[in-house]
Amino acid sequence: MQLTLEFGGGLELLCDSVKIHNVTVDTQDGEDTLSMKDLLGWVRTNLIKERPEMFMKGETVRPGVLVLVNDCDWELSGQLDTTLEEKDVVVFISTLHGG
Amino acid sequence: MEEAQGVKPKKKAFCSICNQRKPALKRPKTLDQICRECFYAVFEDEIHRVIVDNQLFKPGERVAIGASGGKDSTVLAYVLSELNRRHNYGLDLFLLSVDEGITGYRDDSLETVKRNEIQYGLPLKVVSYKDLYGWTMDEIVKLIGLKNNCTFCGVFRRQALDRGAALLKVDKLATGHNADDIAETVLLNILRGDIARLSRCTSITTGEDGPIPRCKPFKYTYEKEIVMYAYFKRLDYFSTECIYSPNAYRGFAREFIKDLERMRPRAILDIIRSGENFRISTSTKMPEQGTCERCGYISSQKWCKACVLLEGLNRGLPKLGINRSRGLNSDHTKDVKRSNGTKNIESKQCGTLDF
Repeated sequence: MQLTLEFGGGLELLCDSVKIHNVTVDTQDGEDTLSMKDLLGWVRTNLIKERPEMFMKGETVRPGVLVLVNDCDWELSGQLDTTLEEKDVVVFISTLHGG
Repeated sequence: MEEAQGVKPKKKAFCSICNQRKPALKRPKTLDQICRECFYAVFEDEIHRVIVDNQLFKPGERVAIGASGGKDSTVLAYVLSELNRRHNYGLDLFLLSVDEGITGYRDDSLETVKRNEIQYGLPLKVVSYKDLYGWTMDEIVKLIGLKNNCTFCGVFRRQALDRGAALLKVDKLATGHNADDIAETVLLNILRGDIARLSRCTSITTGEDGPIPRCKPFKYTYEKEIVMYAYFKRLDYFSTECIYSPNAYRGFAREFIKDLERMRPRAILDIIRSGENFRISTSTKMPEQGTCERCGYISSQKWCKACVLLEGLNRGLPKLGINRSRGLNSDHTKDVKRSNGTKNIESKQCGTLDF
C-alpha cells in the first residue's frame, strides 16, 4: 500500500530530518487495508532512527503528538483502529516543542 | 485510546456547529467534532472574547508580541493582527525577539521571525544578549558548562524583553503562553512550594506595577488547537528544542499534563481554575519591590539578579548569585522570604514557558 507520511513539529528530526516520506507498506495476507496500529509499528521499525520514545509510548503515539489522516484529526476516526487506504496521507505533529 | 475500545467509534458525518461540512478535529475543550471553517471561527472568537472580557488592551496602545518563531508566538502574531483588523482594536502591533546568541537554534528561529515580519506586516525588533550584556549564551555555556545555564538565560531574557519593549515604546507585551503551559506552571509551583509564583502564575495580566505589563491572550487556548490552527493555516513556524536545555523536571510535569489530557481533556482548564482560586494566607509575607542600584531595573534586592549574574561572569566567578538555593536555606517557615522577590530565579527553569 502506498502512503504519504509527514512528520512535523520537530518529529522530522527523528527520521533523518526528512519531513515527507512516500512509502510502500506491505499489508497482511494480501488485504487491501491497514490499521493505524499496524502503521505505527511499521514507522517505528522502518522510519524512526533515534529516540523512539519521543514518538511512541506503549503501543500508541506519545501524548502530545497529533495525528491527522487525510487532514482529519485521528480522534474522529478511531485512533489506532483507523483504517488506511491506498494513497492516504498521514501527518504526525509534535506539540512538545517551545512556543 | 480509551474511547477506541469497546464501542466501535464511528465517524460523525457532519460538523456539530454548522451541520453541513465534514468534521476535521475534535475540540479538547468541548469534545465537539467540528469542521475546519467552524474551527477557525470559534478559535478566533474565543480569543477575541478573552481579550475583551479581560480588557487586555486599550484602543491606541502599542503592543509588542514576544516572538520566538515557535508555534505559539507565530499563531499569536497571526491571530492578533487578524483580530486587530477585524474588530478595530486600534492597536499598533510589533514583533519583539530576543537573540540569546545560541548558534544552530536561535539564529534559525530568528529567520522564521523575520519571515513573519514580512508575512504579517508587523515591524520587528531584535534585542541581543551580546548587545545588552556583552555575552552570548554560547560564550556563557563555554564558561559555566551546562549546569545553571538556563538560570542565566531566563533572567537575562526577562529583562531583555522589558528593555526591548522600552525601546519600542510599547504599552504592553503579549506572550504566547497557552493553557497547557499555565497548567504545567501551576503544577510546578505546587511541586516547588513556590507560593509567591503560584499566586500570580494564573493571572492573565502581570506586572501592572512594573515597567511593562505582560498579558497572555492564549491563557485558555489548548496547545492542540494552536498546533492544529497553525497546521491547517500552513503558518510558518520553527520547532526545535533549545540545544542547551535538558530541563528534565519541567519535561516530566509536561508529560504528566499530556497524559491527563488524553484521559480527560478538561483537566487542563480545571488545573488553571484551581490555580486561580487558591487563596494565599494573609500571614505570608510578600516581598517589597524596589529598584536595582546598578541598572535601575525592578528588584527586591540591592542589585537585580541580572546584575549579580553579570558581575559573576565579568569577574570570572560565574557561581555568584547561583548557589544560594532555597534548599540550603534553613528558614522554611515563610517561603516568600526566601525567594528573591518577584524574580526568584532559582525556581525559574528554562522550558516551554520561555521563548
